[in-house]
Amino acid sequence: MEPRPVRIGLRIFSFGVMAFLYIPLVVIVMASFNASRIPTWPIKDYTLHWWSLALHDQTARTALENSFKVGLAATAVALVLGSAAAFALSRFRFFGKNSLSLLLVLPLALPGIITGLSLLSVIEYLSLTPSLVTVAIGHSTFCIVVVFNNAVARLRRSSSSFEEASMDLGADGWQTFRFITLPNLATALVAGGLLAFALSFDEIVVTNFTAGAQQTLPLWIYNQFRLPNTAQEVNAVAVFVIALTAIPVYLAQRLMRESGGIGGRG
Amino acid sequence: MSTPTASAPFGARRRLSAFFYRHRWLKLLALLIPPLSWIVVVYLAALVVLLATAFWQQDELSGQIIHTFTWDNVRTVKDDPTLHAVTRQTVQMAVLVTITDILLAFPLAYYMARVASRGVRALLFVGVLMPLWSSYLIKAYTWRLMTGDAGTINWALAKIDLGPLHIAFSTTAMWLAFTYIWLPYMVLPIYAALERIPGSLIEASSDLGGRSWRTLRSVIMPLALPGIAAGSIFTFSLTLGDYIMVDLVGGNKTDFLGSVIFRYQGIANDLPLAAAIALVPVIVITIYLLLVKRLGAFEAL
Amino acid sequence: MRVRLVLAAVLVSAMAVAAGCGSSSSSGNGGSGSNGSSGPSLPQSIGPLETSLNLIAWQGYTEPNVLKPFEKQTGCQVNVKYGQTSDEMYKLMQSGNYDGVSASGDASNRLIASGLVSPINPNLISDFGDITPQLQSPPHNTINGVHYGVSYQWGANILMYNKTVVSPAPDSWGVIFDGTSYKGKVDAYDSPIYIADAALYLKSAQPDLKITDPYELTQPQFDAAVNLLKKQHQQIGNYWSSFTAQIQDFTQGSIVIGPTWPYQLNTLKAAKVPVEAVLPKEGATGWADTWMEYSKAAHPNCMLKWMDYATTPEVQAKTAYTFGSAPANPKACAILDKQVKNYCADYHVTDPNYFDHISFWKTPLSECGDSRGNTCVPYTEWFQAWTDIKNS
Repeated sequence: MEPRPVRIGLRIFSFGVMAFLYIPLVVIVMASFNASRIPTWPIKDYTLHWWSLALHDQTARTALENSFKVGLAATAVALVLGSAAAFALSRFRFFGKNSLSLLLVLPLALPGIITGLSLLSVIEYLSLTPSLVTVAIGHSTFCIVVVFNNAVARLRRSSSSFEEASMDLGADGWQTFRFITLPNLATALVAGGLLAFALSFDEIVVTNFTAGAQQTLPLWIYNQFRLPNTAQEVNAVAVFVIALTAIPVYLAQRLMRESGGIGGRG
Repeated sequence: MSTPTASAPFGARRRLSAFFYRHRWLKLLALLIPPLSWIVVVYLAALVVLLATAFWQQDELSGQIIHTFTWDNVRTVKDDPTLHAVTRQTVQMAVLVTITDILLAFPLAYYMARVASRGVRALLFVGVLMPLWSSYLIKAYTWRLMTGDAGTINWALAKIDLGPLHIAFSTTAMWLAFTYIWLPYMVLPIYAALERIPGSLIEASSDLGGRSWRTLRSVIMPLALPGIAAGSIFTFSLTLGDYIMVDLVGGNKTDFLGSVIFRYQGIANDLPLAAAIALVPVIVITIYLLLVKRLGAFEAL
Repeated sequence: MRVRLVLAAVLVSAMAVAAGCGSSSSSGNGGSGSNGSSGPSLPQSIGPLETSLNLIAWQGYTEPNVLKPFEKQTGCQVNVKYGQTSDEMYKLMQSGNYDGVSASGDASNRLIASGLVSPINPNLISDFGDITPQLQSPPHNTINGVHYGVSYQWGANILMYNKTVVSPAPDSWGVIFDGTSYKGKVDAYDSPIYIADAALYLKSAQPDLKITDPYELTQPQFDAAVNLLKKQHQQIGNYWSSFTAQIQDFTQGSIVIGPTWPYQLNTLKAAKVPVEAVLPKEGATGWADTWMEYSKAAHPNCMLKWMDYATTPEVQAKTAYTFGSAPANPKACAILDKQVKNYCADYHVTDPNYFDHISFWKTPLSECGDSRGNTCVPYTEWFQAWTDIKNS
């Protein structure tokens, strides 16, 4: 147990850091009500204009939908492929395992601009038409890694003896997977999936290189900045998205709390 | 456990399952091939093509890429003092941001993992996760507003009678913005690592006579190190390749590696040279990865 | 150990791929090499209109008050992609996804040389004969009598400053080239073409350099301009490419002086920000924009119709008013002078003298175009120098 002053100091420090994390977000919320077309501080007049604009903006809504579609697709691919890879790397021993784990870190570790450039070269070389599909494929590469990391961390900590016991007791591979392995892995997959979706949802760099005519939300925001009369609309959209995501994050957090902490987060 | 549906006498599923059990390596292949082929085909092949482009040439007039091998681009990158300066500036910022984020994240993560009560911990966890959902672009733009001469920071300082900070479009402003934006990515792995430390270890340490500082140094830090290393991969690499923050908060006054690559690719449309410049962050990150691998970062991602 | 092997393998395979692909099969990138002269015969009439049109434009050139009537009249639904710089527009044209572009002089020549734009038949543009004589066949869009587009608007890069902070009122570019004035609150245009502005200043400030054309610089002239910009770098707050950002900077007071376009000036004045602008005594660089049609346009007829529409006095007036530019068709003056007194006089729309004193953007080539032969510095080096300037 840490001495009392240390604990108090930690508490103060932590809430200080949290304040640091949230002050800009508060600024964003306030800015979404700023009557001025040009971002200024302090805010003199307030208005609901940007909110009404955002709510009626069809391009924003389409972009939001596109971001969801891409995020869900990339996360789905990531969940399947990431957990498969996690199984392979944690339950088996084979030649090249170390190199594989390095390979599986690269999509996250190498900067987005390099991933984006690489994918763009391939798109141009194969004369593909960039579209939401190419965006989703691009996103899936790093989403796989995120899910993989979470799954492998959880699998490493749970021994395979449970699975063996289950089979000793007469269950086949599928039943073992469904009743023993999957529940064990569930929270890790939820955590990984959420993080993967978040990364895909807000991704701009790789998206910039792989997108065609359709926009995801970050692309829409990027373009919106260039329009002097409606640039401020982005703040309203941003706040809306934050509010929207509070729900799944809260639910996920509840889910993980029930299963004893976020341990699977690795 | 429900009654096995294998009442269908030794059904196909059981046979399949037994088959895989006996030929474990097949199971391994079935698990490994889909993700591996995806990553290799989509990612690795593309990366190899990009790196290969660094050794190709571009026709000046038409802008088309000629597939003949040349060292020219790589040599340009190696010899150009401006690019050395750019690399230095970028790596410096990446290191600085990483250190700052570690200093901010560790106490917070420690508090969350070992001191806070269950409810507070859950609250803080959600609290750290939430900013990840707000748009990176808008956060960058907000920092431009905040660091401006008539921005939020100076307004707040004026309220307590402190002089204005002239940090608009400066490296200081970039440092603040980078530190802010990557902070959650540092907190989460450290938190996960600290949370995993069994309380019994800490007790044992104090049983053996270690005071809390000693415990921190000899027991907790080594166990937390993989988490710190994992978080640093994010902060380091994200800063290394960034060009948007450099533009919005830094005013594009100096270049980072990302800005130069982006400019050469996007505007000069000189993909071979851009690819050659891209070799630099690839090499830097690879060295960094090799370093942190030893610290166990890969297991703590 | 194994890891290192893998990395080595990756790098070696990359080099092998590079070396192995010896065939000069090129990855497609826009049209083939230059041509431009006698080509296929030009269409003699605008064919049946398609249903959509994709344009690359400077922001402000395609406002709704201009687009909506066009869409209604012709049924061509217009999609616009804004370009921030000529470099970006050139790159966008290479993608092949657009039918046309409002190209400034420093993009138009490159577009023509790389075959990305097609010649047009001026007879298809009903108001072509009304265009200011200097803009009917200017060197930046007409080669050997072949027209590659139709002129749209033009203007100068003026010096804008905050009246309450900058004093005395500047009349020379020197104030943003001395390395010390208004330190940290100066901005400049984020494109290598800005080196020409430095050269233009040096034309007057250092006459012994004997600079004649700021885009045709010999090495010593070029180096002098680059050094001037390295000095300027010490005063720079930021380099702007998005004019929305520049508008914000002046409003927030982070920037108090810098080169700009009339659009930003008009917007700031309308927002009651205390700015003023001046055309300094050394002269100014400028832009003269041409609507050009992509050589493989998917919607060529809509594009031609757009070019025709864009040259009419009404459209010329609307855009000029929005942007603060000078229309290529002086018949727009009848409308403009009613909206703003003396608009055309203030903007020197029909003054050939003024026009000749602006150094319009054009692509720097190694061919100087005069007795100096092939000794001028080409744009690729401008590009490299730009990176050097930013990191000096």
